[in-house]
Amino acid sequence: MSTAPLAPARADAPETHTVSPAKRFVATVGVQNISLIIAIALVVAVIGIQNPLFFTIANLRVIGTAVAIVGLLAVVQTIVIILGALDISVGSIAGLTSVTSAMLFTATSSALVGVVGAVAIGVVCGLVNGCIIVFGRVNPVIATLATLAAFKGVAQLISDGRAQGYTGADPFFVFLARGAVLGVPTLIWVLVIVAVVAHLVLRYTTIGRNIYAVGGNNIAARLAGININRYIIGVYMVTGAVAAIAGVLITARTGSGQPISGSEGLELQAITAAALGGAALKGGKGAIAGTILAVILLGVLTNGMTLLGVNTFWQNVAQGTLLVIAVVIQQLRSGERRIGIPG
Amino acid sequence: MSQESIALRAAGISKNFGPVHALRGVEVELRSGEVTALMGENGAGKSTLLKILNGDYRPDGGSLEIDGRPVEFSDPSDARRAGLRVIAQEPEIIAAVSVAENIFVGDLGGVGFNRRALIERTRTELRRWGFDRALRADALGSDLSPAQRQLVEIMRAVVSRPRIICFDEPTSSLGDEEVALLFSLIRQLQDDGVAVAYVSHRMAEIFQLADRITVLRDGAFVGTKRVSETDHDDLVRMMVGRDLEKFFHRDRAALGETVLELIGVGNEHVTDVDLTVRAGEVVGVAGLVGAGRSELMKTIAGDYPATAGRIVVSGEVRSIRQPSDSIRAGIGFAPEERKAEALLLQRSVRDNAALVVLKSLARWIFVRGRAERALAQEYIQRLRIRTPSSEQLVGNLSGGNQQKVVLARWLATKPRLLLLDEPTRGIDVGAKSEIYAIIDELAHQGVAVIVVSSELPEILGVSDRIYVMADGRIAGELDREDATEERILALAMNDISA
Repeated sequence: MSTAPLAPARADAPETHTVSPAKRFVATVGVQNISLIIAIALVVAVIGIQNPLFFTIANLRVIGTAVAIVGLLAVVQTIVIILGALDISVGSIAGLTSVTSAMLFTATSSALVGVVGAVAIGVVCGLVNGCIIVFGRVNPVIATLATLAAFKGVAQLISDGRAQGYTGADPFFVFLARGAVLGVPTLIWVLVIVAVVAHLVLRYTTIGRNIYAVGGNNIAARLAGININRYIIGVYMVTGAVAAIAGVLITARTGSGQPISGSEGLELQAITAAALGGAALKGGKGAIAGTILAVILLGVLTNGMTLLGVNTFWQNVAQGTLLVIAVVIQQLRSGERRIGIPG
Repeated sequence: MSQESIALRAAGISKNFGPVHALRGVEVELRSGEVTALMGENGAGKSTLLKILNGDYRPDGGSLEIDGRPVEFSDPSDARRAGLRVIAQEPEIIAAVSVAENIFVGDLGGVGFNRRALIERTRTELRRWGFDRALRADALGSDLSPAQRQLVEIMRAVVSRPRIICFDEPTSSLGDEEVALLFSLIRQLQDDGVAVAYVSHRMAEIFQLADRITVLRDGAFVGTKRVSETDHDDLVRMMVGRDLEKFFHRDRAALGETVLELIGVGNEHVTDVDLTVRAGEVVGVAGLVGAGRSELMKTIAGDYPATAGRIVVSGEVRSIRQPSDSIRAGIGFAPEERKAEALLLQRSVRDNAALVVLKSLARWIFVRGRAERALAQEYIQRLRIRTPSSEQLVGNLSGGNQQKVVLARWLATKPRLLLLDEPTRGIDVGAKSEIYAIIDELAHQGVAVIVVSSELPEILGVSDRIYVMADGRIAGELDREDATEERILALAMNDISA
């Protein structure tokens, strides 16, 4: 085809306008990210002043451990949310894989088998989620609500409801839990690697683009030739795998496989972080950078409240409130007309 | 017609901005109790004229008379004192104060005004004009939806009991219920003897409301007609100034091989469809709502698989079970509802344009940014998509430009057949013409095009051949020379006697 203009000229020409460097900075980093950074700085300042123990290496390591585990689940939850779905079974998958990794390790004395086995179980859990949604045509929230219970049940069944095995003597698990590379804890490195890969995939690959398309307008994505089912199942399988990595980290951190307590409430934190970070629950919007900042904010907040002696029940209230705030901000920003029951 | 009933007469109005002649010799008459519509393409001079009536601009030539007396406005308060109000397209609402204060701004009576009395007065006015369900007198400006802001702006003008009111595109932010409220308000104004001017590009509204229509083109006065003396085609001809043939940009291209042949195609939506399209041909598909036109397009595009018959593309029988099969066969499909079915409103022009051809722009799975940007730029230029940059979110573009983005997406696949379902719905006249030009150019480049449209003038103007559908079947086929609106309608209603 020729490259000559196809449309006839009209009198009005498009405008070009110059933007100030400050505005460009805000536009690149993002208003939401800047607010999160400011919030983190504020919280750190307030808590640090009240209790200087906040800044000790030991405490920072505690924050880092929590951030790493929640962060893994939040990063992968972000991808699911961008796709236009939700996975509230991630906590249960982490619990199930925590137990299986410990049990496999106990059975074979091989950390590698424990890790590989856990990831395999995680992928299978994700496959189950994906298939229920695609072939059962079940709403993702309902589907993963069901599997949240089912996976938790399986974890309790195979472990008799008790912590499993002892990994505290194995060099690999110790390296995961307490080791460091270049001064940074191994846990954090795991999060960094997963987050960077997720970011690169979302931003720079065809796969990432298609995920945004499916979440943004699944009819348009389908008509554009994207295989929606394949993407749904694929994303849930990856989510399961990463939840399994989190499960392995939980095992390493506590020294044994934890069916419930290591992962209780993690799905709520993961979703809160993703929403706070800017992922729109209706799909098609979100980024890893925002999620990471939100995870850090949640981490310092929780830690800070503990240091200040705030009752853990209040911490739960705070967490729930943050999720509501995050979602309300999203609704206001999207400027949609609100008619009847939301969502 | 007695002179007294002419509330405002503008004669020979001209206005220049440097070398640009925004208005030349414009004549407008607004009569008491009548609605005069002002129509014209973007850039025709309607806004400039309204600004002159409002007192924001002073004309360089010509005269203004109100009730037969010459007037000169040096600023908007002069116009207001003369009993003339213009209701702007972009309402200026003060966020921090109430609706009542917003409506009566400028008329509040100084320090220590009685707020309760103001609210009561506002409520009375809202009830009088029927807006009391839609607006609360004590609501804050910042709480108002775009539609409500427009209603406040209208109230502002109306409460001062002007003799002449001009509405500038008042329905652009209004939903159906608010539009109905506006129309009944305008009828009330007419009953009160107010002269109403109504600027809009929505033909349906104009034909519902107006008594007369004044058309401007490129700043010049084209003519005024009574609504009963004119119709859609006539108005378009006046606004666009070219023969309708030129408006539709069609001249026959040389026809090539048969690109698409449907033989006995059927599924749950369509039955026994036989259809052919050749390279370089523009084939129209007409029919009433529910006739199955969009469903037929979706069948060809693979959204609804065909369960009977054969689809032959360029001589090869193709199995089209899902959209990717259709795309692979060289077919592009722009669906009827561009916002709901085609556009990723939160993503950029570049993202939307590259969506289908992403793989060809990527090395393995990594998208080559430069190639993608080049593609977006190429189509922004070729289709004259008006956007500040390729990074602009598609949701921020006008309807016409959004439709062009959808076209760009499919043109990027270099299709041999393009299916366009209502390609100019909700688009202003100028942009429609541009899209017709694009369709014609594509035909000349050898692409086969199928256009589904509910606008009979459009189908007649654009197509070489027209298939008419009814009840999921092809009811008939007409060559362009033999096609008329009556024949199409007759076939669409399955009237075999035609």
